[in-house]
Amino acid sequence: MTRKTRRLYFVTLGMLALGAAAVLVLTAMSDKLVYFYSPSDLQTQHITEDRRFRLGGLVEEGSVEREGQTTRFRVTDTVHTVSVAYTGILPDLFREGQGVVTEGRLGADGTFQAVSVLAKHDENYMPKEVADSLKKTGQWKPEDQ
Amino acid sequence: MIPEIGHYALVLALFVAIVQATVPLIGAHRNDAAWMEVARPAALVQFLCVAVAFAALTHAFVVSDFSVLNVAQNSHTDKPMLYKVSGVWGNHEGSLLFWITTLGLFGLMVALFGRNLPPSLRARVLAVQAMITVGFLLFVLFTSNPFERLDPAPANGSGLNPLLQDPGLAFHPPFLYFGYVGFSIAFSFAIAALLEGKVDAAWARWVRPWTLAAWVCLTLGIALGSWWAYYELGWGGWWYWDPVENASFMPWLLGTALLHSAIVVEKRDALKSWTILLAILTFSLSLLGTFLVRSGVLTSVHAFATDPQRGVFILALLVVVTGGSLLLYALRAPVLKAGGIFSPVSREGSLLLNNVLLAAGTGTVLLGTLYPLFADALNLGKISVGPPFFNATFVPLMLPMVVAMGIGPLLAWKRGDLPGTMRRLRIAIAASGVTLLGMWLLAPEQSPWWAPPTMALAAFLALATLIEYAERIKLFRASMGETLRRARNLPRAAYGMTISHFGLALAMAGMIGSTAWVTESIQVQQVGETVTVAGYDYRLDQVKEVRGPNFTAERAVFTVTRDGQHMATLRPERRVYNQPPRPTTEAAIRTLWYADLYAVVGEPDGRGGHVTRIYHNPLVPWLWAGCALLVVGGSISLSDRRHRVGAPTKARAKPVASGKTAEA
Repeated sequence: MTRKTRRLYFVTLGMLALGAAAVLVLTAMSDKLVYFYSPSDLQTQHITEDRRFRLGGLVEEGSVEREGQTTRFRVTDTVHTVSVAYTGILPDLFREGQGVVTEGRLGADGTFQAVSVLAKHDENYMPKEVADSLKKTGQWKPEDQ
Repeated sequence: MIPEIGHYALVLALFVAIVQATVPLIGAHRNDAAWMEVARPAALVQFLCVAVAFAALTHAFVVSDFSVLNVAQNSHTDKPMLYKVSGVWGNHEGSLLFWITTLGLFGLMVALFGRNLPPSLRARVLAVQAMITVGFLLFVLFTSNPFERLDPAPANGSGLNPLLQDPGLAFHPPFLYFGYVGFSIAFSFAIAALLEGKVDAAWARWVRPWTLAAWVCLTLGIALGSWWAYYELGWGGWWYWDPVENASFMPWLLGTALLHSAIVVEKRDALKSWTILLAILTFSLSLLGTFLVRSGVLTSVHAFATDPQRGVFILALLVVVTGGSLLLYALRAPVLKAGGIFSPVSREGSLLLNNVLLAAGTGTVLLGTLYPLFADALNLGKISVGPPFFNATFVPLMLPMVVAMGIGPLLAWKRGDLPGTMRRLRIAIAASGVTLLGMWLLAPEQSPWWAPPTMALAAFLALATLIEYAERIKLFRASMGETLRRARNLPRAAYGMTISHFGLALAMAGMIGSTAWVTESIQVQQVGETVTVAGYDYRLDQVKEVRGPNFTAERAVFTVTRDGQHMATLRPERRVYNQPPRPTTEAAIRTLWYADLYAVVGEPDGRGGHVTRIYHNPLVPWLWAGCALLVVGGSISLSDRRHRVGAPTKARAKPVASGKTAEA
């Protein structure tokens, strides 16, 4: 095997691996990415029921109701609100009036069926996406941080 | 007073590092021995300075000196001593000081044990090492001074995040940093080699032990972090593809590739410029990891420090280091003479294949980690890239690598015999076939389709690794005495490979089993009520208040039985710490050899019941055992005395029998 064919082999191998990686990445990008929306975004975006996405905002004061393992609450960006249902143990730092990011699908009745609820392990924390969307609606109060 | 001494020592270290970064380099260029010799005493003094600074900060934490801002923000008098000490590196400023101290320590080790390195190479390595230190010292002194005073001093500190008050996590960052910083030595050697214009087998022999040591530490660090997430976060998972996890995983992947390509450079004098490139990229990814974790660009459960200004500084450092070294690479790599020729089917060929796949895999992880940042910056919408993406991209690329891992070690150098090798592996192929069939027939009902084939692959790797070992010691082919003699004489590096590869197979089985067959059950349970999960009955006996040293907790007691037979008593807790007042969940885990029984207690529902979460996690113990074997294998390989010949160590280089035992 000459140096030239070896180099050819090297390059072919690299191209193959790169190609395979590119194909895998592109396929995954088309259906494995999860978008983030605020309650206001949901008014303008048309989202089908099978689309999984993240919904973030503040947990509306006085909206949390527990029925057994299912918790219902409303997520708000102070302009629009969305009802959310979640079954399971909530994060330790889930609180009314605090920022929250939930992931799941929009149900037929307009209730967001969350499969996971994220709250950072810090009582002062505001998820970055939530902070940005609050800024957009003019509700951002930096002193809350 | 002591904090000021620490601060002063850091400034002093900066000046020493600047000298160390320039004078020896000029000396090496001019071939001036005296100038080159500056590097070693400078490395010693620089280390002493940063060690004094580190000791000063540790002292402030140990005596709880709250007039130091860093201590006031991160410590508390109630904290157990272990966490006072681990608090030193449990925060942004302290962890960077720890980085620098480790850099200094490793530089010192090169200076001390590298007596037999050619003087110009040693001077250049130490100079490059000092340049990295200069960058980090500037960063610490200008943006994150750990010795900043607070006046008036508060009566007590605000405490350490209770999630971080855990032995697993106390040692997770130091090992990660040993890993990251260890790769800086490989990086410095690579840059020095580019400056010298020479890469040969001796160079690879010097680089390998450092890379191996860094790899072992990084493996341990990642495993500790993953283990911590598993038992502390109470979600029953061990890997979330969180950007911060990826940040440490990417250098590990490329470091693994580097470890293997350095073998080819040493044994066969081939793949030289590729190895240099890997060394540069591995360290760049270590820096990127630090950037991602410390800059606050990520929304992550781990991003404890968030300050964009610091992020910009690290980004600049990253651009200078990566950009500068890649430029140097582009200019100088063509100077390196290409070495040995090999056929695609050969030991080198399989190592190259594994390298290419690891690099491509790293690429997909990098893309998945950074894409949301780019999308956000370019206003393409806010996106999160989670496990589905990585499972669909990274995992398929790793599967052929596992096949190559099984076959590669049995191939000869230069030109291998694939049909012959497959014949030697027939037991492994048969075993994986049996696994495949067995899994399909016996697997639980909701078993995902991918579990049997991937499990068969893990079985193949385990068996292929054992066959390779058995062939080396001529098990059943020679007398028992001969076999034992061979087993004794086999180099430690060979044992290291066998153990690590087997460990990976075991860990892989653990990953597959726990992902495919996990059973999760969430419910409201009254005291006395029993829940059945995966054939085990969990009875909630009681929930009581308990007090810890710096927290109060609700502790649930579960009695776990199977077919009436007592299996375990689990005591999960919901803790509320005094300072800072945060709730945390302590899972209770009972490890059986084939599964973990895992219980978490949640909030009371107000009607006498508690939300409880119970997991049956099959094969998770195998995952931890596999990770332990990776670390053990790497350490055994590191202790191989052939690694010390000409390598930076004090051990007298004994003449080594150049046996024809093939190298791992």
